[in-house]
Order: sequence, then C-alpha cells, then structure tokens
Amino acid sequence: MLIRYLFIFLIILPIKVFALIEVDITRGNLNPLPVAVSPLAIDKNSKDNFKKILKKENLGSEISTIVENNLKQSGLFNPLNKDAFLQEPDIANLKPRFEDWNLIKAQALVTGKVTFVDEKLRVEFRLWDVLAGKEMMALAFTTVPSNWRRVGHIITDKVYERLTGEKGYFDTRIIYISEEGPKTNRIKKLAIMDQDGFNNKFLTLGNELVLTPRFSPTNQMVTYLSYFKNLPRVYLLDIETGMQEVVGDFPGMTFAPRFSPDGKKIIMSFAKDGNSDIYTMDLENRIVERISNHPSIDTSPSYSPDGKYITFNSDRSGYQQIYIMNSNGKNVKRISFGNGLYGTPVWSPRGDLIAFTKLHKGKFYIGVMRTDGTGERLLTENFYQEAPSWSPNGRVLIFYRETKTNAKGEGFSAKLWSIDLTGYNEKMVETETDASDPSWSSLLSN
Amino acid sequence: MNLSKNLKNGFLILTACLVLTACATQKKTTGKMQGDVYTGSDSVEYLASGVPDRVFFATNETVLTTASRETLRKQAAWLRKNSDINVVLEGHADERGTREYNLALGERRANSAKDYLMTYGISSDRISVLSYGKEKPVDSGSNPLAWSKNRRSVTVKAN
Repeated sequence: MLIRYLFIFLIILPIKVFALIEVDITRGNLNPLPVAVSPLAIDKNSKDNFKKILKKENLGSEISTIVENNLKQSGLFNPLNKDAFLQEPDIANLKPRFEDWNLIKAQALVTGKVTFVDEKLRVEFRLWDVLAGKEMMALAFTTVPSNWRRVGHIITDKVYERLTGEKGYFDTRIIYISEEGPKTNRIKKLAIMDQDGFNNKFLTLGNELVLTPRFSPTNQMVTYLSYFKNLPRVYLLDIETGMQEVVGDFPGMTFAPRFSPDGKKIIMSFAKDGNSDIYTMDLENRIVERISNHPSIDTSPSYSPDGKYITFNSDRSGYQQIYIMNSNGKNVKRISFGNGLYGTPVWSPRGDLIAFTKLHKGKFYIGVMRTDGTGERLLTENFYQEAPSWSPNGRVLIFYRETKTNAKGEGFSAKLWSIDLTGYNEKMVETETDASDPSWSSLLSN
Repeated sequence: MNLSKNLKNGFLILTACLVLTACATQKKTTGKMQGDVYTGSDSVEYLASGVPDRVFFATNETVLTTASRETLRKQAAWLRKNSDINVVLEGHADERGTREYNLALGERRANSAKDYLMTYGISSDRISVLSYGKEKPVDSGSNPLAWSKNRRSVTVKAN
C-alpha cells in the first residue's frame, strides 16, 4: 500500500511538492508543516452516549484536539486554526474538497469519525495529501471509551510515522518524581502521567524519599531508589498490581538503577566503605554480578540497546567522566574528553548516540555525543539541569531543570523540559506539581 | 599643635592598617569560608558541649581539613566516654552536581569521617553511614556560601 501510494504520487507530482509533504525531521522546527486536523465527526446518538460516560461535550473535537496539540508540541507541524475550516467534519471525512483545504494552505489533512458501538469507542481516521488530492492512510480501531486519550495519541503516532518516516512517541508515558515543599524539606513522590501531562497519578504517598525511577522495556515495572526506613535501596514496583520489592540483598546503599534492554536484569551502583561500583542482578535467578571494580566512584550505568555494552559515569581520572565497557565489565574506555565534568550518560534507543549532562564553568548542559565520544553537541545551557531520558524513537530528550534561588534562598522550582535532538523546540512539560527525574516509556502500542 | 598633627596622622595610618588587614583576612575567608570550605557555625549543632556535630568539605572533595579532623577527634573523645551511644554519619553534597554522582559522593564523605573516628578508637559497629546526596540541603541558597554549608558529614545519635 505504501509503495503503491508513493508510485502514484511520484508520477503525478513534481519532486518539489513531494519534498514538501515529507517532513524533514533533521532540521527541527524551522519549517513546520501546515496541517489541518478536522474535528472528528460524531453522530448525535454517539455524542450523547459519550457525554454520559466520559462527561465530554463532543468527543470528536476532544480527540482531534489531542492530535493537534501533539503535532504542535513536536515542533515539526503547524496545526491550522479550526475557524478557517470550510468543510463540515462528516463530509470532509468522506471526501475532502481539496481546493478548500489548499486555500488555507494545509498540506496535510486529518479527518475521522467517532462512533459508539456495543458500549465501545470506535474511531476511524484518514490522512490526506492536500496538494496531491490523495488519501495517504486510513485506519480504524475499537477500544473501551476510557481509552479515548490514547486514541488521540495513537492517531498522532500514525500520522507522524507516515509523514516523517519514523516511529512516533505520543502513545507513551513519563514516570517522574513529583516534588513539593521548601527546598530544605522537599516531599517527593513517584508519579506517572501521559506524555502530554494528562492522567497524572501518584504511585507513592511521600512518606519516604524516592528518586530516579526508570521503566522496564515493557513499561509494566519501574525500578527506583527509595529511602524506606532510611535505608537507600533499589526497588522494583509493578505498576498494575502495586507490588514492591527490594532488589537484591546488599549490605549498603544501592542506587542509580536501570533495566537491561531485555528486561531481565537491573543494573545499578552499590556503595560500600566509600566506594561505588556497578552491579547487576538477574531478576529470574537473583544472581548478583559485580561488573566494575575500581576504587573510584562508578555510577549511572546505562546499557546499549543491543545489551552488549554499558556506558557509565566514573571519576577514576580524578573527575566525573563518561566511559564505555563491555557488558561483562571488560575493555573499559573513557569517551568524554571535552572541558568540564560529564555525568548521567544514557544510550539512545537507536544505539548511535549517548546523551549526557555536562558541568562546565558553573553552567549545566544537556548534550549528545557518538558512542566513541566524537561529535559532541550541546543542546541547551542553564543554571542547573540534568538527567536526560530519550523518547522511544530517539528524536527528543526529556530532562529536568532547577531554578536559582534569590538572595533569601527563595524561588526554588524544578520542572521537566523537553528538547529536540536538533537543539530546537525546547519546551517546558506541564506537571501538576514541581517535577524531576523523568523517564520516558517505550510505545505502549506498536 | 605639631604634636597633635603628628598624632592625627599616626591615627590615620593606624586606621588604614586595620582596614587593610581586615580586607586581607576577608579575602582569605570570604564570609565564613576558607578556600571553599565552610568555617562558620551557622547550622552547626552540638552533640555535647564543645562537640560540634558536623564537618565540611571542599567542592568535589572528600578529604578532611585540619578543622574537620579536630572536630572528629572531639567526637571520638565524646563517643569513647559514652560507649552506649551509636551514631549515623550522614553524608551530603551541594546542588552543583548530578543526583546519582552526588549520592556516591555523600557516601564517600561520610566514610572519610567514619575512617577517622575509627583511627581514634571508635568501633565500626557503632557507626553507620547514610548518604543523602544533594537531597537535604540545610541552606536553600544558590551561592557559594550556601553550597559550602551543604557539603557536609553530620554525626547523628542513632539511639
């Protein structure tokens, strides 16, 4: 179907127009693609039913708004103002009048229909190439009504993928630390929300300090650091059941946990007698393995997506730098050689880059470098920011930023921010409370 | 008249000297710091009369200063006298570092205090170590003086 479409497209249209509809994701938001997201059509009966169940006046418009916001947030698309739309949603979904959409300069058009069928939510949507006057994609799915926000995210993922050639990252969640209270006495809770900030839920009550949560590859489990009973240990939490357990039986602090890419192991630091080294624990047979063995601080380990290598943070050279080693701890190589200190290395899901935090001359940077340390690029500079986490398609980084307090020590805040790999489209991610330590899930549906 | 003029000049010179000395000392210990190690007494509490509860560190450092060793010797003497008391050494870092590295750094700082107490005869059974990294600052300021107060190891009674 894809091949057939491209074939027709190429024959009918000159190359120049072809280049317009294919979004160039390597250039960031310099030229966002004008796209019209028509409200999804909805019949009266469906409208009334969804209003009753979901307390939403018009579910069709609500879902199209999710798509619109997602596309806008990506920085690659410019959703057009709905006031300018000439065609009714139901007619547009059957057959758009392309001249009308062309008139308002839309290059792509999203239409669709929402129906209430057997107590379920059925959504169909279409993506149209306005200039070519062709349908690019048509899909339909049925789900429970309460999943309506996810439907909007899945539509966005499909549109994004069709227009950029890369997987989307919208049907995803963020796990993070919610923060409240004065800087000297912060209350921290584990929290989870949709990628766009909705459906926020707290997973702990704030009775003990919790830090650095990270998703398992299937997003069902979270590993994090908890100071339960004042014993800082790595924990494992099943998000669905709420079951929690300590990872391993270490005679001291364990911290900086992450899952291996196959989800079978937790990699973390264990600190004893002033020395932190990297360990793994197999979640099936509980076997603990020591991976690094050096009198320096070794922490913040992160696996390559194929599981063959580990990048980590060590001060064995005297200062914090980024290293790479085989997954068995052999063949340790330093890769960061620029000015300043480097921390929190995270391997990109594509495998080609490592994102990091850099501290240089009193400023904090989020940057990326190739896995051999070449091609360092700093994406953003601030008073304090750290802990980047990759979107599942490796195009966007989410991290947190803290503000400088005033002379009286007031005005502290911590917020989540995201930035495109290109260094463009830097945005604050709205959260109910202050927030830090974000970790991006993989796509919930594929 | 001449005498009084001379006296006056002398007084001026003396004042100038005082001002200069004051300046010189201030440069060395800006506010309450030597280098960037905190030397003041804000936030310091006492385990017993004359026994301060905490020691301070330079940026990214875990070595004990002369003043820190003196404080720890007082703590060791107090612990020897009070053999029923156990302690937790809480290690902390300032906010100018990544969270995970700072957790390790706090642990290392608390352990350098622990090692010193042990060389003065305190059994390791009586000392546990707990790192808070940068999570529990005592001063919420974003300035070098606040950071110097936050880079610390605090000895806390465990029972």
